Parts: sequence; C-alpha cells; structure tokens
Amino acid sequence: MSTLARKKGVGAVIWDYLTTVDHKKIAILYLIAGGIFFLLGGLEAMIIRIQLAVPNNDFISAGFYNEVLTMHGTTMIFLAAMPLVFAMMNAVVPIQIGARDVAFPFLNSLGFWLFFFGGVFLNLSWFLGGAPDAGWTSYASLSLASPTHGIDFYVLGLQISGLGTLIGGINFLVTIINMRAPGMTYMRMPMFTWATFVTSALILFAFPPLTVGLIFMMMDRLFGGNFFDPALGGNTIIWEHLFWIFGHPEVYILVLPAFGIFSEIFATFSRKRLFGYSSMVFATVLIGFLGFMVWAHHMFTVGLGPIANAIFAVATMAIAVPTGIKIFNWLFTMWGGSIRFTTPMMYAVAFIPSFVIGGVTGVMNATAAADYQYHDSYFVVAHFHYVIVGGVVFALLAGAHYWWPKMFGKMLDEKLGKVTFWLFFIGFHLTFFIQHFLGLMGMPRRVFTFLPGQGFETGNMISTVGAFFMAAGTIVLLANVVITTVKGKRVGNDPWEDGRTLEWAVSSPAPEYNFAQTPLVRGLDAYWIEKMEGKKGLTPAEPLGDIHMPNPSILPFVISLGLFVAAFGFLFHQDHAWGTPVGIVGLLITLGAMFFRSIIDDHGFHIHKEEVMEAEKKGAGA
Amino acid sequence: MKKWLRNWRLVSLVSAMALLLAGCGKPFLSTLQPAGEVADMQYKLMLLSTAIMVIVIAVVTIIFLYVVTRFRRRKGEENKIPKQVEGSHTLEIIWTVIPIILLIILAVPTVLYTFKLADVKPMNKKERDVVVVNVRANLYWWEFEYPDYGIITSQDLVVPTGERVYFNLKASDVKHSFWVPAVGGKMDTNTDNTNQFFLTFDDKRAEEAGRLFYGKCAELCGPSHALMDFKVKALPRAEFDQWVEKMKNAKPVASTDPVVKQGEEIFNKSCIGCHAVTPVDGRPEQARLAPNLAGFADRSRIAGILEHNEENLKAWLKDPEKIKPGNKMTGTYPALSDEELEALTKYLMTLSVQ
Repeated sequence: MSTLARKKGVGAVIWDYLTTVDHKKIAILYLIAGGIFFLLGGLEAMIIRIQLAVPNNDFISAGFYNEVLTMHGTTMIFLAAMPLVFAMMNAVVPIQIGARDVAFPFLNSLGFWLFFFGGVFLNLSWFLGGAPDAGWTSYASLSLASPTHGIDFYVLGLQISGLGTLIGGINFLVTIINMRAPGMTYMRMPMFTWATFVTSALILFAFPPLTVGLIFMMMDRLFGGNFFDPALGGNTIIWEHLFWIFGHPEVYILVLPAFGIFSEIFATFSRKRLFGYSSMVFATVLIGFLGFMVWAHHMFTVGLGPIANAIFAVATMAIAVPTGIKIFNWLFTMWGGSIRFTTPMMYAVAFIPSFVIGGVTGVMNATAAADYQYHDSYFVVAHFHYVIVGGVVFALLAGAHYWWPKMFGKMLDEKLGKVTFWLFFIGFHLTFFIQHFLGLMGMPRRVFTFLPGQGFETGNMISTVGAFFMAAGTIVLLANVVITTVKGKRVGNDPWEDGRTLEWAVSSPAPEYNFAQTPLVRGLDAYWIEKMEGKKGLTPAEPLGDIHMPNPSILPFVISLGLFVAAFGFLFHQDHAWGTPVGIVGLLITLGAMFFRSIIDDHGFHIHKEEVMEAEKKGAGA
Repeated sequence: MKKWLRNWRLVSLVSAMALLLAGCGKPFLSTLQPAGEVADMQYKLMLLSTAIMVIVIAVVTIIFLYVVTRFRRRKGEENKIPKQVEGSHTLEIIWTVIPIILLIILAVPTVLYTFKLADVKPMNKKERDVVVVNVRANLYWWEFEYPDYGIITSQDLVVPTGERVYFNLKASDVKHSFWVPAVGGKMDTNTDNTNQFFLTFDDKRAEEAGRLFYGKCAELCGPSHALMDFKVKALPRAEFDQWVEKMKNAKPVASTDPVVKQGEEIFNKSCIGCHAVTPVDGRPEQARLAPNLAGFADRSRIAGILEHNEENLKAWLKDPEKIKPGNKMTGTYPALSDEELEALTKYLMTLSVQ
C-alpha cells in the first residue's frame, strides 16, 4: 500500500489519512498527534524547570506558571500518553490476534478524530484568553473561581477527547473478544493484547465518572448549575471523588499497556517465553480490579476520617503484590535467556529499577498517617514521575523503537537510539530523584517559585539540569526519526530476528488486509512455534480468497468537527450573541453526519484473490 | 535466633537511614527533623517503610544485576536457543507471600497511627481544657482565632509547647491546605466543612529550631499559592499565657507623633473596612475580609514572606500585586503618596502588644 500511496499527490495522501479506517494508518495518526502533544507538554515541562531553577525567579509570572503546569499535566496524560498508548494498540493488537482490522473500523477513526479535535480545542485556550490554571485535577473550588475561560476549554475539550477514548476502549474490548484468529484462546493471547484488553475494560468503567464530573462542572460554569457550590447546597468534595474514581484507574490505563509492551520486549530479546505467563495475566487482571478500590488515597488529607483512610491505605498496599509478581516474572524471563541489548531492551532493562523506585514510593504514599507529610509535596511529584516516566514513557519509547519497523518498514538507527536512551535515562533520574528529598524537606508542589534560605536551592538546580538532558534525548530521537525516514533501509517481516508473536509473521509494514489467510494459532507465541518447527510462515486456517474490507469515510472527521464547533459556540454563549447559534450549528453538523452514516448503505469492498496473491509476492520480495 | 537477626538488621538499617536523612533540610521546615509527637510518628513510619522498601530494592537490584550481566548474549551464541521455561510455582509463591508479609508489617502501624492521629475527642468535650485554634485559610493569608480566649491573630500562629494543640480548619474562598512540615503532616481546609486535627510542639526541639516554624499552604489555590506561607511561634506554656493575656487586654495606644497620627487617619479612612487592629474582633468571619493587624509590629514577616522591616512594608503597601500576584488587597484603596506611605508604615509599626 505504501508504494501506491507514494505515487499519489500530497493532497491525495492527506485525504487518505482523513478518511482512513485502517487500524495501521490510524496508529500512525495517533503516533503523530500524540507525538506533537508530547513535544508540547515537554516544552511546558522545560518552562516549569527553568522557572524553578533558582529561587525568586521571574522567568514567567505566577498566573502564567499555573497555566503551564495545568497544561503540562493535562497534555501529558490526556493528549500524549493516552494517544501514544492507542498508537501502540492500533499498530499491534489486531495483528497480534490474527485479525484483519478492529471490530469497528469506522468507530476507530471516530475515536481518533474526537481525541484530536478535543486536544486542539483545549490548546486553543492559549490564544483565546488564557489556558486552564487549576491543575490537571481542576479541584472544584479553585476551578469555579478561575476568571478566564481556561477551565471551560478544559471541561469541553476533555469531554470531546474523553468520548474518543471511551469509543476506542469499547472498540478494543469487542475486537479482542470477537476477532481472535482460530486457536487464539484467551490464555494464548500475547501479553500486550492482554494488557490492552484489561486497559480497555478500565477505560469503559473509568471514563464515565470523569464525564459526569466534567458535565457537572460545565453546568456550573456555563449554564448556571450549582453542583459544586457549597453556599447553594453543592459540594466540592464530590468533584474530588469523581475525578479520582477516574484518575486512579487512569494510572493503570496508562501503565498496564506499558507492562504489556515490556513483556513482549523482555521475551523477544531474551529469546525466552514470558516467565509465569498465567500469573502475569492474573496479576494484570488483579491490578485492574484493585485499581478501582483505591482512589481515596489521593484524598487522605481531605478529612474523610480514619476508617476510610485506613481501608484505602491497606487496599492500596495490596496492589504492590501483583505488581511485585510482575517485576519478578520479568527478571526470571531474562534469567537463563540470551539477552540482546537493543534499544527497546535497554529501555525495558532500565525500566525495572526505575519503576521499582516508583512502586515502593507508592507504597510509602499508601501509609496514610505518613502520607499527611508526603501529600501535595514534591515527594509526590517525584513518585508519580517515576511511575509515569519510568514506566509509561520508557515503555512508549521502547515500543516505538520496537514496532517502528512494523509500522513504517524501516528500523530506527540503533546508535542514535542508544544515545537517546542514555540521555533520557540519566536526565530522568537526575530530574526526579532529588525531588523526593525536596518534598521531605518541606517543599509543596505546584509552587511557581520558592524563597531562598529554605534549603531548596541545590535540589531544584540539579532537577533543572536533568530536565535538559531529557530534552536533549528527545531532540536526538527526532533527528533519528527524520534520518530513518529519509535514509533508512527497508526491512523484512522479522527485523529483530527473534519475533515471537503474529505481527512479526507479516510484512513490514503489514499489508492493508494484514493476513492473506487468517492464521491458525497453535499456542502462546504462535510465530515462534512455527519458526522453531522450521517453517517460514504461519499455518493458514482458511483457503486463499477474496478479502472483505471496509470503505474509507470522511464522516468521523465531520462528526468530530461538529462537536468542536459546538463546544466553541457554547463556550462563548454568555459573552457573545453568536455563541448559541454557532453551538447549535455545530451540533447539527454532528447529528447530520450521524444521520448520513445511518442511512447510507456501506457494504465495503473486496480485495480479490488475484490482487492479494500479487501483493503477497511483492511483499515477500521486499 | 533468626528473627532476632532480622530485627537487628532492620534496626541497624533504620538507624543508618535516620542518620543519613537527618542531614536534610532545615530544622524549622523539614519533615526529616521532626519537632513533635505527630511528626515523630510520621517520621517513624517513613523510616520503617523506607527500610522495607530499601530491602525490596536491594533484592531486586541484586537479581537484576546478576541477570543482565550473566545472561547477556555473547559472541558465538547467536544461534543459541535458551530453554523455554513456563514458570515456577515455588518461586511464584515465594514472591507473592514475602511481599504480603512485608506489607502486613507496614500496614499494622499505619492503621494504628492513622487512628491515633485522628483522635480529636478532647477538643470536642463540653468542658475542654486544651488549646483550640480555629484556622481560616483565605486567598493568600491565614487567620488564627482562639475561641476560648476571644482573640484573633493572623499570619503568625502562636502556640504553647509540650501539649497537644487542636485545630479547626476551614477555608473561606477556595480550598487550601494547612501544613507545618517540621511539626506534622497537613490537613486540607475545605470550603464545605470544618476539619479537625492536632499537633504537638516539642519544647526542646522548638528551641533548637529557633521557636519559629515555617508553615505552608499545600493545595494549589491560585497565582500566589507558592507565597501563602505562615509562621508558628512555639512558646513555653507560661510565655504563651502571657501572650494571651496581652492580646486580651490590648488597647489602641494614642500616639503623640504627628506622623503616626497621620498614618492612623489614613488607616481609618482606607484600611479599617477590612483590617481590624484589635485582637478582640466581634464581627462575624464573613466581615473579616483581611488579616487582623493587632500585634503587627511583633510579627516575623511582611505579607507572610518578606523580612519584617519598614522598607518591605512600604513596598508591599505601594504595590501588593508585585509581591503577591492575585491577592485581594490590590486596588481596594487609593494610590498612596510617598508621604502617606511613610505615615502608614510608621503607624502600622506601632501596632504592638508586647
């Protein structure tokens, strides 16, 4: 397909991506959009660290700092980490389970465009009166008091992009339940697929509470509601509960796919099957389940009382057990293996000590009585960056290097990859390790500056220096991407040579239809089994025939655009007369597009047997 | 014997860590140099949890280092296929059970201390004989009301040492959080309800910390969240009682200095609508819009953050926005000439109860 696309003009390529329902192209869209937001969030992080490099700094103003810190958190969680996780899932999961696409290709595209327009909408706030400034948690009393439209952008933007995430989650649940190739039982699914499955279930249950909270806040701020106004019978603590009932599972929504990515990488580059596969599955499910039982540990200082605090403290500690199981299983996957230190493996190996530090500080935070000291201090900032950067970002970088050949047909340069790794790894520990101590020494989080004479100077300076290392690593990564795209050599099906799962059995990138013949899965690590028996390809489960494919469609784009316009109109409905009409027009665009989707009969198209044979021959020769 | 050995290891690890951590931070601010019963309990938990966690990290690191050095693919092993091991029930049970035991060791004191720290019964008795302070957090300043003595102060909290001091905590605008790191963990001041907790200030260690602890707002509350500091003067009980008596009986002193008189006039014209100057203020809290300035001259900081001198006071009065962005005082009074600033400053610096 890529050779075909290259012959077309730029306009045709753009149109292709606007209308695509192919999971592999949607993965690329997620990767590009998430990557851009990641750079934006990184830039915001650098502004934060420059401001905090020295006491009493006036690099940026206090109000602007709060906007930057809010947007850093919101962007990194919702607009960078989530879509990048979805990029990995889209690129890999359908192929890993031997499917030709996800269950609902149209919804897959809709999910992406909703996320994209939500993210763009949120970032427009920079140019339209000011970004949200109440932290990514947007606690109700402060966010209701915020004078600019920033919070409204947050509330509306996150509703739109959250809808996209929810749709994506449901899509993957259905895909994994229904679309597995013959023989791919649940206990033969690759670990990354399992992680995606559990994560999707978490999305299904975690995003609705957030949406409820966001709708309440939208009502309060834009339509005269009083859900969070204590003077009128509302209650701000309700927001905290709703937010964290979503917010804590969100951590696992991000980190479980990270665990999945590392499980694949450890097995591949140790040339061994995953140690304790069934206990890994069990641990993943258990973490997902317990993840919903612990949200109030974010609220130990709210004053819920000792009974609630004690229960949530113990429940939180319990999560350490399945997480510990995973750590040891990974170590013993490597034990006795033949470890090859490729770039993805470097990240995976570095992840273990980094994440263990983040995990144990998590248990420390769980000790409620001591958490009264840690809470809202830099200790917590250090803790969750160890989890999110040491876990999720490492995994995304590892996954990007690992599956890059599968997504683009070219290997990222290994030398530059290792340079990125070392810069990022050193910078990460330099930035965040010292912050544990800053917190214990009494430095609260979310401060735009600090006064001299409190013992915070050295630590903050070290932290800022570390941040520059990470920035340098990111620049090298970008250079690597550009160089690879321009000069990289095409690679075959299994460029790492030790691929174990189905995605390494198809060409790189995979053909539009993934598998010419649906494969028969004969065990865990299906491709590895075939390789060990000396076979080149997979055992087919069906004869070669015509392949039914979905048609591309612009409607997901239009539906999302309509909501974008509607949000824009309603946001300004109190300030401008055009607000409400524009809002209504936006909703009509969305509903109209949905109407057309309902009445147009779209049966898709077939790729004929001959074309498939032709493409396969070319793929084999590449 | 073995148990004894394990305990001994834990003890030595804990004491080594305590030595290491005690070097961190300032005695008036650091949680690692606890100065009272509450901070002590929390510090003990920190040490215990850190000790357990260091053990966990050590075990993982040892296995980790062994694995990544021992099992790296060497030259000539390119075609070696290692044995495909499914797992090991024994190992898996070991690394499930040991963490559970470690967590139980940690969970017991956690639950115990969580309940201990929540014991506020003495402050809610009808006939109470403990010191109770009502803390009200406002956009970038703190009010401290002593309901049993009928006095109010702000920014500098004054407490007796060597006994539990109880607090009612609430916020009047947005959520804040009350934190005196060296003396104990924080508790939020909500807009919806009143929270209660206690702190204890140890006399000897207060003395070592200069009898002035730093307090912080720990919940993002707006642009000047970082500057919403307060101070805690921890005095021996006798001195505290004296301070209370002085506050109760504080009377405005008529000054003969014309400059001070002029300052008082300016104050009465532009400031008194929000700021009270007597510690006994009968108005309801909704009317107390700004810090009570009784005893202002005795305070440790201007606006909670600047060194306490006339120059800084003038700078604050001239342009508070520059010092605490987003504060509620900016723009509530007419611009002051240099002469008026001088007079107002002189007047404010006479507000003493000492």
